[in-house]
Amino acid sequence: MIPAAFAYKRPKTLDEALGLIAGDGAEVKVLAGGQSILPLLKLRLGSVDQLVDIGRLEELRGVRRTDDGGFAIGAATTYTELLDSPVVELACMADALPTIADVQVRNRGTIGGSIAHADPASDLPAVLLALEATVVARSQKGDRSIPITSFFSGPFQTALADNEIITEIRLPAPSEGYGSAYVNIEQPASGYAIAGVAAVLGHSGGVMGSTIIEDVRVGVTGVADHAYRASAVENALRGTDCSRDRIARASEQAAQGVEVNGDIHADREYRTAMAQVLARRAIEAARARSA
Amino acid sequence: MAVDVLGAPVKRKEDPRFIRGEGNYVDDIKLPGMVYAAVLRSPYAHANIRTVDTSRAKGMPGVVGVYTGQDFMDYNPLPNAWPAGGAAGLQNNNNMPRVLATDSVKWTGEGVAVVVAESVEQAADALNEIHVDYEPLPAVVDAEKATQPGAPQLHENAPNNIVFTWTLGNKDGTDEAFAKAEVVVRQRIINQRLIPNAMETRGDIGWYNPGNDDYTEWMSSQTPHIQRLLLTAFVTGIPEHKLRVIAPDVGGAFGSKIYCYADMAMVLSLSKKLGGRPVKWIETRRENYNATTHGRDHITDLELASTREGTVTALRVKTYANLGGRLSTIAAGTPTTLYGHILSGPYGIPNVWCEVIGVYTNTAFVDAYRGAGRPEATYVLERGMDLLAAELEMDPAAIRRKNFLPPDVFPWKHPGGLFRAPNGAELAIDSGNYTPALDKALTMAGYYEIGKAKEEARRRGKYLGIGISSYLEVCGVAPSKWIGAVGEGWGAAMWESANIKVHLTGKVVVTMGTSSHGQSHETTMAQIVADRLGVPLDDVVVQHSDTQGTPFGYGTYGSRSAAVGGTAAFKAAEKVRDKARRMAAHMLEAAVDDIVVDGGNYSVRGSADKKKTIQEIAFALDLGFDVPEGMEPFLDETAYYDAPNCTFPFGTHVAIVEVDRETGAVDLKRYIAVDDVGKKINPLVVDGQIHGGIAQGVGQALWEGAVYGEDGQLLSGSMLDYAVPRAGWFPNFELDETVTPSPVNPLGVKGVGETGTIASPPAVVNAVVDALAPLGVKHIDMPLTPQAVWREMRAREVKA
Repeated sequence: MIPAAFAYKRPKTLDEALGLIAGDGAEVKVLAGGQSILPLLKLRLGSVDQLVDIGRLEELRGVRRTDDGGFAIGAATTYTELLDSPVVELACMADALPTIADVQVRNRGTIGGSIAHADPASDLPAVLLALEATVVARSQKGDRSIPITSFFSGPFQTALADNEIITEIRLPAPSEGYGSAYVNIEQPASGYAIAGVAAVLGHSGGVMGSTIIEDVRVGVTGVADHAYRASAVENALRGTDCSRDRIARASEQAAQGVEVNGDIHADREYRTAMAQVLARRAIEAARARSA
Repeated sequence: MAVDVLGAPVKRKEDPRFIRGEGNYVDDIKLPGMVYAAVLRSPYAHANIRTVDTSRAKGMPGVVGVYTGQDFMDYNPLPNAWPAGGAAGLQNNNNMPRVLATDSVKWTGEGVAVVVAESVEQAADALNEIHVDYEPLPAVVDAEKATQPGAPQLHENAPNNIVFTWTLGNKDGTDEAFAKAEVVVRQRIINQRLIPNAMETRGDIGWYNPGNDDYTEWMSSQTPHIQRLLLTAFVTGIPEHKLRVIAPDVGGAFGSKIYCYADMAMVLSLSKKLGGRPVKWIETRRENYNATTHGRDHITDLELASTREGTVTALRVKTYANLGGRLSTIAAGTPTTLYGHILSGPYGIPNVWCEVIGVYTNTAFVDAYRGAGRPEATYVLERGMDLLAAELEMDPAAIRRKNFLPPDVFPWKHPGGLFRAPNGAELAIDSGNYTPALDKALTMAGYYEIGKAKEEARRRGKYLGIGISSYLEVCGVAPSKWIGAVGEGWGAAMWESANIKVHLTGKVVVTMGTSSHGQSHETTMAQIVADRLGVPLDDVVVQHSDTQGTPFGYGTYGSRSAAVGGTAAFKAAEKVRDKARRMAAHMLEAAVDDIVVDGGNYSVRGSADKKKTIQEIAFALDLGFDVPEGMEPFLDETAYYDAPNCTFPFGTHVAIVEVDRETGAVDLKRYIAVDDVGKKINPLVVDGQIHGGIAQGVGQALWEGAVYGEDGQLLSGSMLDYAVPRAGWFPNFELDETVTPSPVNPLGVKGVGETGTIASPPAVVNAVVDALAPLGVKHIDMPLTPQAVWREMRAREVKA
């Protein structure tokens, strides 16, 4: 539980941090809350030459409302800070945040650190996928916006370049009368999701019951090698009335087209079944919450 | 002034220092010149070691020495302190660990080399520079498969990987009862492997003092006196009086710190090799997972014979006990003595036959873990009672009530000799009254009104179930003649000791042979002594766990400290009272028989104004200016106490669960425990023990499990994959009691440290099986993860 030696830098500005990670050769990693990388280093499952600690950069912290009514979340904002912020107006966020690990981890762990680490079973990627977030990454060359749908590329792999730091996660304003939810089954030891599904449902006015759901977004985590949008489910429901029967039938496609994970906690068959059950429950809850 | 302290819920004396972080654990101890050891452990479950190249590691910064198994050949292998079958001559095919492996490794985690460096970090870095050339061999991890033809063989002296085959009970009577049985139920039952997970990992500091040519060792241990004995008499050759062992504050153990470990010998040798520099080794959590003992891991085929009316006539079990790659200190005794004898539980099952096959596999060694054999036996029996109830379509509570031993049979000896040791020494169950505890628990649970709750749950898409576990525990492990070398084979006696000194200022110092690793001895033992001597609780200090300055004792396990060690303290206090009374008679110029003792006051009968307090008597006696003819000065007495019998706590636990029909997730809604642990020294401490025990047992039922891959890799190798229960996962436990004082000891106490762990797994599993009974589910193996439950439901649920 003792990491190999590494250099530690705590730059005072983001620009300085970008300079520290810009070089070639040495293995440099960014440290924010440390809840993912420090255990890896302590177990000697990974090693680095240098850690660049951005966890105290004020410019990366906090939640602000954007002009379009959405949110811009600083990458180094902790889960606890998110829980105390207006993003919990988004019901799927309010569902997901308290299920992340435990109090100690939520006090240290950050949203940017989590998605940069890209554990295939962490909770927030499903939520961010369903909310159609945009990841803003900065390098010395400038800012780049990465749609969340093309951000996760594999287990612990993202579209982020070595010389980039996530600065912000932007959440667009939800459509009028939308409803959202996140449900999961946790692996009890780690608290990571065996399966977790976030659903966001929106419609274009009218009264529920006779309403056609125009916008269906379903994010799934824990099931495949990275979090994904369950497009088959979305396609089956988009433009329909989203009746209970229709939701149930559509949810059966929650793991369609992905290679489902199996491990000592849950095999492929169970994960597939739970993706289906949780998709149905998340969509039903989101629909019940939509107005 | 009598001090009303025995039986009072006084707060623990230990807590302020633990809560403030002011405890003193092994890793808190810093000594001048100290160096740090780190052990290189095998990545293979089974391999021959061709060569170990330490040359690069020796050149690393801060490294003062790198050693391999060959450097410790002057030390013997660790002892098997408890061969199965004791003096009956049963063959035990022993393969004991050495300080480090020499020519082969038998599990991932077996030590191969050790680095000593100026800092922990330097030692860890240098480990990476040791190069071991292994020849990997096929591995086997399942105990039953290891005994099959063609399985990889671990040890030349253990054909088919069998350590021993041990039997107990009356085979002929059992066979006959099964032949005549009206009903037989059979079930294969897995009791999965667990990792003890003490909050403080293990660790030792060895210090060779060249000036005195003697050794001191600090270790995180439940048994400092035994470790001094084992390390000197069997392993190192150091004379017993040249080794002092100290167990400072110990942060939990659950059995895993009873044993003699290789590192305990290693640090002594290393300090000597390094000319007397103290050598500290602290186990990492990862090492704790693969190099400290595991628990349980039984595969059992159970058969129960019964009449149609539900009277159980016989029980037969065949158990494969997985003991790991080499044997731990009492690995052979745990699944035999501590398991077989209790198989009849609180029921008078007249015929029992038990066969246990101890097996080597390429896994970490398995030894006693909280409950140690009794949870395994209780689980088999209490699952069996529910299986039988289901077969007979009887109420599980009624079938238990029908088979309970009635309260007027005690002391009760099993007719089939179930408590008989190989030397003929036999235990009797000392006392019991099982039905009231069952009835109280059922009333608390609303057992007979549960049908409504089941219907209501079904409307919410849940299956609700209720489960009962009526257990009998045997603990307060004693007496010497039963369990010792000529009896069950535990290579030692089982008495305990206490010394009490009342100093000149009236303050009382109690030293004891038994030690605490979280049990609150500093509080509870002080309560016993303060009560007997009539002094304030704050005037009593209890010291233990240092072989220098405490009388010899066998340590803390088997829920024995209160019943055996506590009675030693009681007996020592009685001796102090006797001597004080004789001194009081001298001081008051009265006959000894005329001295009346009331708490701490010693007065002359009929003249209450003529009195001396215990403090005044101690002052006079300790000064010794004027003591009676033939009396030694100082108020100082020692007692050694060998209990005539074990104690037998019992009770009934009830669990109520809800199962999610779609996900298989189990929600523990309520947990009711009615325990009879006799009289209580401190009800707060008793409740704490029961809470912790239940949590640990429910942990086994629902979440915990050590999982090995077929290649012998520990897949649940960290807390990311091994689910240690969190407090928030439990409902509030609903506790109550019945009180049947133990007639075995003058305090009337029984053990309580393990009852929760023994009782709770079958209560929870029975509840889940009850919930799924409408689907025809009869049994599910632990842990009842959502997947395991879902699979069982899915296999049986009739599609509408």
